[in-house]
Parts: sequence; structure tokens; C-alpha cells
Amino acid sequence: MARAVGFVSPALLLIGLFLVFPALWTIYIGLTDYTLTGTSSIAPRFLGLSNFMNALDDALFGNALWLTLVFVIGSAVLGQNLLGFALAWLLRSARPWLRRLVEGFVLLSWILPSVVVAYLWTAVLDRDGGTLNSLLGNGSTAWLVEYPMACLIVFNTWRGTAFSMMLYSSALAAVPPSQLETARTVGASGWQTVRDVVFPHIRGHVLTNTLLISLWTANDFTPFLLTAGGPNHESETLPVFIYQKAIASGELGYSAAISFLLLIVNLVVALLYLLLLRKRS
Amino acid sequence: MLRRSVYVVFMAVVLAFFAVPMLWLASAPFDSDPGLGLRWPDWTLDNWRITFDHPYALGSLVNSIVLCVVATAVTTVLGTLAAYALSRVRIPGRDALLYLLLLLSSVVTGTAAMVPIFVMMFQLGLINSQYATGLVIAGGMLPAAIFILKDFIDSVPRSYEESARVFGASPTQVLLHVVLPVARPGIATILVWAFVQAWGNFLLPFLLLRDVEQQPAAVLLRTLKDEGGSANLTVIPVFSLLYAIPVVALYLFVSKRYGFRFHGGIKA
Repeated sequence: MARAVGFVSPALLLIGLFLVFPALWTIYIGLTDYTLTGTSSIAPRFLGLSNFMNALDDALFGNALWLTLVFVIGSAVLGQNLLGFALAWLLRSARPWLRRLVEGFVLLSWILPSVVVAYLWTAVLDRDGGTLNSLLGNGSTAWLVEYPMACLIVFNTWRGTAFSMMLYSSALAAVPPSQLETARTVGASGWQTVRDVVFPHIRGHVLTNTLLISLWTANDFTPFLLTAGGPNHESETLPVFIYQKAIASGELGYSAAISFLLLIVNLVVALLYLLLLRKRS
Repeated sequence: MLRRSVYVVFMAVVLAFFAVPMLWLASAPFDSDPGLGLRWPDWTLDNWRITFDHPYALGSLVNSIVLCVVATAVTTVLGTLAAYALSRVRIPGRDALLYLLLLLSSVVTGTAAMVPIFVMMFQLGLINSQYATGLVIAGGMLPAAIFILKDFIDSVPRSYEESARVFGASPTQVLLHVVLPVARPGIATILVWAFVQAWGNFLLPFLLLRDVEQQPAAVLLRTLKDEGGSANLTVIPVFSLLYAIPVVALYLFVSKRYGFRFHGGIKA
């Protein structure tokens, strides 16, 4: 028993230091006017809830919240989910070489480091000589400047579809083939088969998948690498907003209050996920 | 017939969507005039020479290796010890503890915790410490590592350990000579997973390592964009490729050897 504690405690110590303590400390920092420089950096004052009150009045915070919602719904709930399912469904019956090829590229877009991926998409979307403009033949559209959120949504769909594809592939393997066969003999269309035969079997997977990819997307820092929140805050999702406030402006107290709100949202989503997981097992 | 052509068109579009952005990584590093955009290269290897001559390029790859070795070693060793103990000891609330840890690691993301982690390292004077940054990264990876490793260790039959005990082996010997060899696929998975995660991590080293001499490849690659106001397009493509190759190679290795599996949202 004593030895067991000895085996577990180093890991718990690190987790306590770098996960538990920061999460709790965020609450405290969020109640002060702590800054990176100036007098409040030496002797921060306790403010109570005023950082949270200020957030309610901060149009840029509202903007970040809204853009995060758009980003999550557009790229995770719809983009990754639908494309991932479509690929899992269509690749079941594809020839092995095609299946391997498509899966290979989809997985590669998932495993490449985010800084590299950001350059790949900058090269696609660049105004002068970018791949998309050359393909269109006539364009000199600065996609990342004119349509920053649309670019981020397409980008993140590309980036994260692999997870949904793999999850749905394994979920589809559990649908009884006899039921699919019956659907075919009665002449059901592909869409009818998916809706009436497949969906009831994978409903739980759809829900857990959506929760997970939403959580990851809401916390994704890659938008910073593509647009850095610009132009003029038009693509400033919550993670980028927190970074800009904390490090660029040095308002540590205020950004900690915002981080705390993000932590709460994460907690709710993760609890829902665990609840579903336990219900299924 | 119509359905067939819709299918073919859909697959072609999807394939193009996923493949076209990556082609830049194959063409630009070898182009005499690399730009942001895809074109058939005017073949040359000069970019590679210029990249190797860059004052920080190779050093940052070494920094990446240092950071990843610290983070990976700490995660794997501490994770295995903890998973072994949690797998073999029956204490009330053990499963609740495991779930709590997993919950923590998905809730306290790098983004949500960047402010307190930055402030903590700043006040401790550990900004620009590669080892400290490695430990922070390991702290974030440990819960998932313990969770997965426990699964693997649970599958090691207890009778193996009992017979080793009968012959007088100490718990540490049992762990080293009985459990580890059997749980090797799990440990290899965690080793590769942790390395890839740490290698690709941008946010934490970007926050905590401000001195270019200490920065890993992820951060240097990003700063090449703003160097002197415009992007360094000779070095960026080559360096992107150099930096991406280890990740891809490790994945190919793992999926060949152990099959591409994934555990509750972890890429491995």
C-alpha cells in the first residue's frame, strides 16, 4: 500500500501543479486587477466580481463569444461531423486502394503539426499567387482578410474530420448487416437507410463525438496562427481573445476571468460526455 | 449510372480538398523561387543549404528534441508507475479518481489555463526554462496516459506476477521484468503519442520560451513569418518539411507495427 502511494504520487504531484492548481488559481487572479506591467503587477488589488461585470459590457468579449459559437457550429458540429460521417459511410463499399488513399490524406491533415498546417492553408488562401486564386484563374481575392471566419471554418473542417471519420467507421461496423440488407430489399434510398436504420444504432456515438469535437474546437489556438484574430477582431475566437488580452495587452486579471468562463463551459461539456459514457457502459 | 457519377465526383472533390493544400509541402521546398501558392517547381536544393545555414534552424530542432524527451520521458515513466499501482491496488474511489483525472485534462486545456500557467512560471522565474516547459506539457498529458496505460496493464494476467513473487521478486522487479514486457505495446503507444503531442505543441512553448535560443521548432517556424516584416519564404517550406517528417514517420511506424488504433480521442 505504501509502495502504491509512492508509485502514484509523482504523477499526481505534476498533475496537481500544472492542472489543478492553475485551474483554481485562475479564479483568484480573475478577482484581482493583476497586470503584466505597472503598479498592479507588483501589488494587485482585490476587485471582487468587477472583471466579470466588465466582461458583460465588453463588446469585444461578446464578439469573441459569438465567433467561437459560429466556429464550433460551422466547423465541428456541422463540418467535421457531416463530412466525417459521409466519408465513413461511403468508404465502406469503396475499393481498398481508394479507401486507403482517402483515409491516408484525411489522417495526414490531422497529424501534421499545427504550425505547418497553418502555412499550408496560408499558401492556399494567399492573395498573390495563392493556390485557390490560381485555380480560379482570375482572382486576387485576399481570402483571409475578406472572409476570415469562412476560411477558419473550412480550414478546421479539413483539420479535424479524421476523428469523426474514424469514430463513425467503427460505429458503423456495429450496425447489423441484416438490417441494411432488409432496407435494400424493400428499396429504401441511401438517405432513408441512414435515417431509419443506421442513425438509431449510432445515436450515442453522434452525441459523444459532437461533444468532444466541440470542446476541442472551442479551445483550439490554431486560428491565431492563420489570422491572429484579424482583421479588426473579425476572427477573434475566445482562445485568441484571451491571448491578446493576457499577453499582448497584459491584462492578466481580466483575461483570467474570461479563462474561468471558458473553464466552466469546458467542465459542463466534459461532464455531459462522461455522463453519456457511463450510461452506455 | 447517375449515382455512380455523383459518387465519383464527390470522392474526387474530397480527395482534392484534402490533398491540394499538402502539395505545397512537396513543391515549395525544392523551388528556386518559392512562394505562398502552388506551382510546378523550378528544381533546386539551394533552399536546403540556406536553411541549414540559418542561425537558429537546426538549434531549434535540437531544442524540440530536448523538450520532447523531457515531456515524453516524464509522462511515460510516471504514467506507467501510477497506472501499475492503480491497476493492482484496490482502494475505494479508484475509478472515480481516474475519471476525475481524465475530466481535468480535457477541461483544463492549454488555452483555458494559459494565464495562470504563464503567471506561475513568470513568478517562479522559469520563463525560458526548457525543462520546466517540458514538465508543464507532461502534466497536461499524464491523466490520459495513466488512463490508457491502466487499460493495458489490467490485461496483464496476475498469475504471472504471483509466480514471480513466489520466487522472491520485489515489486519493482515484478514491474520491470514481468509487467513491462507484457504491456510493451501500450507503453510504445504512449511513448509515440506523448512525443508527437509535445513536438506539435505550439502554445505552451510560445508562451513560456521567449528567448530564441531556447525555442523549439514549432515556435521558430512561426517567428520566421514575422522576421523583418515579411515571411522568410526560402526557409519556411524546407523547415516545415523537416519539422513535419518525424511526426509522419512515427505514425507510419506505429500503424505498421501495432495497427492504427485510437483510445477515447487520443491519436495513436
